[in-house]
Amino acid sequence: MSIFYFIAFLSILFAVLVISAKNPVHSILYLVLTFFTFTIQYVLLNAQFVAIVNFIVYMGAILVLFLYTLMLINLNKDSEPMKTNLVKIAAVLGGGCLLVVIVAALKAIGASDPVVFKDPNLGLVKNLGKVLFNEFLLPFEVSSLLLLSAMVGAVLLATKDPKTA
Amino acid sequence: MESFFKTAQTVPLNHYILLSAIIFSIGVVGVLIRRNAIVIFMSIELMLNAVNLLLTAFSVYRGDATGQVFVFFIMALAAAEVAVGLAIIVMIYRNTNSIDIKVLNRLKW
Repeated sequence: MSIFYFIAFLSILFAVLVISAKNPVHSILYLVLTFFTFTIQYVLLNAQFVAIVNFIVYMGAILVLFLYTLMLINLNKDSEPMKTNLVKIAAVLGGGCLLVVIVAALKAIGASDPVVFKDPNLGLVKNLGKVLFNEFLLPFEVSSLLLLSAMVGAVLLATKDPKTA
Repeated sequence: MESFFKTAQTVPLNHYILLSAIIFSIGVVGVLIRRNAIVIFMSIELMLNAVNLLLTAFSVYRGDATGQVFVFFIMALAAAEVAVGLAIIVMIYRNTNSIDIKVLNRLKW
């Protein structure tokens, strides 16, 4: 039980560091750590498929994409744009208000049951694969179309236009 | 291993919602306080991950696999979104030599 709170504390800490780090490369590295804590949460929930996919897709693919883009852009610290303090305070207040509203709504519900595993095999690949390819076959195929169009779009946007270059 | 999972399953559902709400709010604040487009993207990833964690927690709580299938779809969507978004950022950088989102205020007309 206490491991959940420890990991939760770590994810909040690293999430705060992501948005407060001055250097964008540090932000990305903190984001890797945040995603790793999320992977641990999934393992604690016995959602093994989601944990593995989170590990591979988020920590592998997406973060490498971020890092490569940042290296392609070649920022130095002087060019890092920062907002004024007034805007920052207003932003933190706004986010805090959102959090307070959600927590207040949560308080209205009252105490909740603990998360117990009704079905210990729920998050396994075998079980999820059956659900995915029976009930969600059409969305699955549509998501493949989405990924294909995203790939075409990304290549089209990121390549230089030969006429103008 | 069995006893390890036994100890992990006494966390109230409210605490998962609280954790996700905090991470989501941090993501919102990150979008609002930063002007670097890549860091704004990372904050959006934080928000997506908070939602993913909550969906998984609800899925385990209800004993329904649909929530975890949804997490899978959100991850596919996030990958597509990041690929296109970062391509757009690279293109903006090529045209303006900056990834400050303030240079994009010319888009408002």
